Amino acid sequence: MSQLNAHNLTLAYENALIIEGMELTIPDGKITALVGPNGCGKSTLLRGISRLLKPRGGNVLLESQDIWKLPTKELAKRLGILPQGPVAPEGLTVHELVAQGRYPHQSWLQQWSPEDERITHEALEITNVTEFADRPVDTLSGGQRQRAWIAMTLAQDSDIILLDEPTTFLDLAYQIEVLDLLHELNVERGKTIVMVLHDLNQACRYADYLIAIRGGQINAQGEPSLVVTENLVREVFGIDCKIIPDPVTNTPLVVPVGKARKGRLHLPSLNGKHAEPVQNP
Amino acid sequence: MAAQHELKSTWITIRPRWLSFRLDKRVPKIAVLILAFTFITLVFSISYGEYDISPYEVVRTILNINQDHPDYANYKLVVHTFRLPRIVLAFLVGAALATSGTLMQGITRNPLADPYLIGVSGGASLAAVTIIVWVRDVPIGVLPWAAFVGAGLTALAIYTLAWKGGKSTPIRLILIGIALESVLGAVTTVMLLFGNINDVQQAYVWLSGSVYGRNWEHVKALGSWMVVFIPAAFLLARQLNTLGLGDDTAKGLGLRVEWQRGLLMLISVALAAAAVAVAGTIGFVGLVAPHIARRLVGPLHEGLLPVSALFGGALLVLADLIGRWAIAPSELPVGIVTAMIGAPYFLYLFYRNRNQQ
Repeated sequence: MSQLNAHNLTLAYENALIIEGMELTIPDGKITALVGPNGCGKSTLLRGISRLLKPRGGNVLLESQDIWKLPTKELAKRLGILPQGPVAPEGLTVHELVAQGRYPHQSWLQQWSPEDERITHEALEITNVTEFADRPVDTLSGGQRQRAWIAMTLAQDSDIILLDEPTTFLDLAYQIEVLDLLHELNVERGKTIVMVLHDLNQACRYADYLIAIRGGQINAQGEPSLVVTENLVREVFGIDCKIIPDPVTNTPLVVPVGKARKGRLHLPSLNGKHAEPVQNP
Repeated sequence: MAAQHELKSTWITIRPRWLSFRLDKRVPKIAVLILAFTFITLVFSISYGEYDISPYEVVRTILNINQDHPDYANYKLVVHTFRLPRIVLAFLVGAALATSGTLMQGITRNPLADPYLIGVSGGASLAAVTIIVWVRDVPIGVLPWAAFVGAGLTALAIYTLAWKGGKSTPIRLILIGIALESVLGAVTTVMLLFGNINDVQQAYVWLSGSVYGRNWEHVKALGSWMVVFIPAAFLLARQLNTLGLGDDTAKGLGLRVEWQRGLLMLISVALAAAAVAVAGTIGFVGLVAPHIARRLVGPLHEGLLPVSALFGGALLVLADLIGRWAIAPSELPVGIVTAMIGAPYFLYLFYRNRNQQ
């Protein structure tokens, strides 16, 4: 039995129905990636299972308890959320930000226990931001900033962490840095991680479990190497592609066909087991 | 390890057995400095006036240890009955407005928000002008209550109008607040246009904000509100910090966002309305004090709220002294002085920001 799952989940904004009657099970202790085209409902789904959006029907269960019936702080101790593109108040230092992750563990009398201090320091260490702990968040680079926010979510000390497009707006190097960190948290700390990802190839590389969504429905789910096929990509993203093994991780690598520079491309075969390097003129 | 050491150095941690608390190291020092400054300004402010008293005698009169002085009776009257209450009131009004402004800026995550954002000044002004210009001949004691009711009703109307789909976003509050404030301002102007000239002049003095002629009754009235709402604001400092990270993050951390925002807004409005009720609509304190306090002690509200309150109080005591001194023997209403200090400060801020980007 998985910790986090949804039954007959229906999510809607005002009068736009986004997801209807979905059944969802998030595997424990794994990295799950939600992928799909813009507007498919992947972010809405993440909001639905993190209590940011109240379901119109059905329910979301955490260890068989409806998340809407748990006290808010109780839920926050077990499930952390990092929304897309969070903004810290001007002048807030990394240390101050990360310490705020302890909010659900605090009370009026216990505002800064030794445990709060220990876990905050640990979160700073793990995410490798201790050296800029005293700098304001708004002076950091994109990658450092995102690591600081992940540290805050980590200080929350929940088993499950949900992230909405944690790599959006970041340079490629920072994207890899953030994904590597999440991978480390999963492997070394046993965190269950659920994230919405834009880049299908990154999802294939980093996720143990992939959920492909189109039009508010789950189109396919499972281990990336079993799920990601040329057919699936055509169905879900509406593009033709070749799938080759990732030369580094051996996970599926999706190469869209598209129209650009086709004259110069030399594709070996339509099955696409390997591709020759494309030379720049 | 060096980094770890650095971490601890910015906070003071207080941990008796069943309690734990932390505070930015800068807070106590700055609080003491502001209090010292306030006390010095207060002594000079009491000493200055048509009937001069030396600062030394002022301190002795406040402490009541100069009963053998030949002028004791006069000193006592001037200090305890005339000057001290208005200066104490100025301090309380400044502290209330600064706290209210800090809360409003925290709730809306907008550094340009002020205590009057959701209609407190528009509502109070309309009510006061209506009483002064059109009802007339009412006992002066009615004015604060009318202003308070006007402020409260307007704030309630704006909060209700901004409520949509089970929540009130900061941007809706700001936009509806601006719209309703303009409407109320227009109605107030119309009332002033058609009023009797003497009444209108009296109304203008109230509108610009003043602590002239206030006594211990006013201090008690405002003080009794502050005794409740200032500690309430301080107790919600952590919630306000969490709210500052954005609605989604705050919910993720287990904060009941709508409930806390409503509660904080109520406190902010109550403080601003109480201040406006006794002293009229004094501008800029609620905007400038939180700004400067933030630069002194950073954005965490455990330190920001008290420092901002003290700074707002000190600023208004100083502004009141300047108002009494600048065009003596006449007096500038304190609200005019704060505007004259506040407006250039904001121009400077904008100028600095523009050059940074």
